[in-house]
Amino acid sequence: MATVALKDLVKTFDKTEVLHGINLEVEDGEFVVFVGPSGCGKSTTLRMLAGLEEVTSGEIHIGDMMVNHLEPKERNIAMVFQNYAIYPHMSVRKNIGFGLRTAKMPKADKEKRIDEVAAILSMSELLDRRPSQLSGGQRQRVAIGRAMVRDPQVFLFDEPLSNLDAQLRTQMRLEIKKLHQRVGTTIIFVTHDQVEAMTLADRIVIMKDGYIQQVGTPTDVYQTPANLFVAQFIGAPSMNMLEGKLTDRGIALDAGFTIPAKPKNTSQDITIGIRPSELTPAKEGEPALMEGSVSVVEPLGSETLIYVDIGATEIVATVPGRILPELGAKVRLIAPEEEIHFFDTKTGDALK
Amino acid sequence: MSMTEIKPSAATLDKQLIASYSHINPGKIIRWTLLFMGGVVMVMPIVYMLSTSLKWPHEIYNLSIIPDEPTLENYIFVLEDGRFYKWFINSLIIATATTVSAVLFDSMVGYALCKFSFRGRMFVFIAILSTLMIPTEMLVIPWYIMARDFGWLNSYWGIMFPGMMTAFGTFLMKQFFETVPDDFLEAARIDGLNELQIWWSVAMPLVTPALSALAIFIFLGNWTAFIWPLIVTNSPDFYTLPVGLTTFSVEQSVQWELIMTGAALATIPTLIVFLVFQRYIIRGVVMAGLKG
Repeated sequence: MATVALKDLVKTFDKTEVLHGINLEVEDGEFVVFVGPSGCGKSTTLRMLAGLEEVTSGEIHIGDMMVNHLEPKERNIAMVFQNYAIYPHMSVRKNIGFGLRTAKMPKADKEKRIDEVAAILSMSELLDRRPSQLSGGQRQRVAIGRAMVRDPQVFLFDEPLSNLDAQLRTQMRLEIKKLHQRVGTTIIFVTHDQVEAMTLADRIVIMKDGYIQQVGTPTDVYQTPANLFVAQFIGAPSMNMLEGKLTDRGIALDAGFTIPAKPKNTSQDITIGIRPSELTPAKEGEPALMEGSVSVVEPLGSETLIYVDIGATEIVATVPGRILPELGAKVRLIAPEEEIHFFDTKTGDALK
Repeated sequence: MSMTEIKPSAATLDKQLIASYSHINPGKIIRWTLLFMGGVVMVMPIVYMLSTSLKWPHEIYNLSIIPDEPTLENYIFVLEDGRFYKWFINSLIIATATTVSAVLFDSMVGYALCKFSFRGRMFVFIAILSTLMIPTEMLVIPWYIMARDFGWLNSYWGIMFPGMMTAFGTFLMKQFFETVPDDFLEAARIDGLNELQIWWSVAMPLVTPALSALAIFIFLGNWTAFIWPLIVTNSPDFYTLPVGLTTFSVEQSVQWELIMTGAALATIPTLIVFLVFQRYIIRGVVMAGLKG
């Protein structure tokens, strides 16, 4: 187990800067998830950490050591790849033991270690099979086993679940979480799926265009997003965003209604954000925050997503599953004042 | 209880007959005929080779496929003649060594050109490819001068050196290595293997079909090579089989029955090589189908 620190990490490919000074400290034993859209630099950061990409400038520390100039094998890390990278010409046992090939330990100890790892991953009876005889989930487990067998200081996962179907992904997500609770090794996990990030992480690092947007616990980033991007990226369905202008009476929204609240910042152009789950139908006689007509209804069983046209803006509200309004029906919605987020439209930053 | 046999009527039988022949359409007949003719063109020389090898000298200009008096005398003669073994061994050593060398070096260079990015990579690749455009006949003279100056005439090395690495093989292997995901190599790099180990124990097993195909091509090419071994050797001790077999025709007359016997014997190793490696090609293709 070890801490990981990234200091002013910059990466350029052919004069194009793709990472613009990443700073991050990962605690010993922490599960950190890098999340962001394609091209945000999350995988590049991970690959630099693994030693598979050269560092243009900045420092990477694993434990007490700066590892910039160390070969991947000297960094005592293990990586699980998106395509598993398990070798089709080797049995499961050989695949898991592959990481020990260069380890200086007696053969019997190596075998014992492979058996231990296989037992942890419930794969003992599959050791003599070839990867072609395994299911997708089992192959992923072999890949994790190969990483575990070396007992590394840090585990790196590069979108390891994206090739699995939805059900298997949920199952493997749970297994990875249990594995972390059991072995306690520092894990850095890259994904583009915010649900994976929220469910697995101790802390989430949200990236966009080579910059870190926010670092925080899943609750932090969900409840107090640092900017418009984080607010929209985290949470499904995305947060409703309504643009408006600051007036004497509050924020006059382009959608045609005014919110009495006034954020402390003096910016004139303000965007408000409300999570779909915070919008509820107003009771009769209760003053509504906004009003509109239902354009689409998506029943999901336990809840229903209602798309409502408010002026020219469409918003979505998550309501209990038993509520199924008709198309075109008028709805009046309310939201708790403390659940309304304010952002500077120009800079995208959150306002208090 | 009496059993009643139900016999189909004549009309039904006719219909069945028509139905069973109706799938033979004219297109199919043409295709089969062309294939058959192609097959005859391919197989007839081999049939005549075998047939001639079983004939007495006076019978060889009789073009019947089945000899009037079949004999194994030619085989006994060729096999008892010590030179045949010598040439056979020469061919075997040269074809095997060249195949091993070319498969190793072609795949090594192909791997480097495919998986490493370095300055001048494209230039090197194009330079290697461009040698494919020069016919062997044109290269023979510079090769000969080189072999003479280095003192390689009449030696195994002299026969082998032009084929120890091939542009075609490099191209083939480079293309096949493109199908090996970089993740495999990076995973091995993290697991502590050096580049040579990664090439050998991770990348090479993943391209077995290509290696087998290349091995077959190169072995057959060298086994049947004639012009260069003929030019670079003038001592019968270093003749390869194709060169050696021609000595049956340079004395008083052409001893076709002996040449054909030698040729028939010479096809045996190529058949073995093909049968052995073909299995690997099939296995390799099955393995290549494994996806994440």
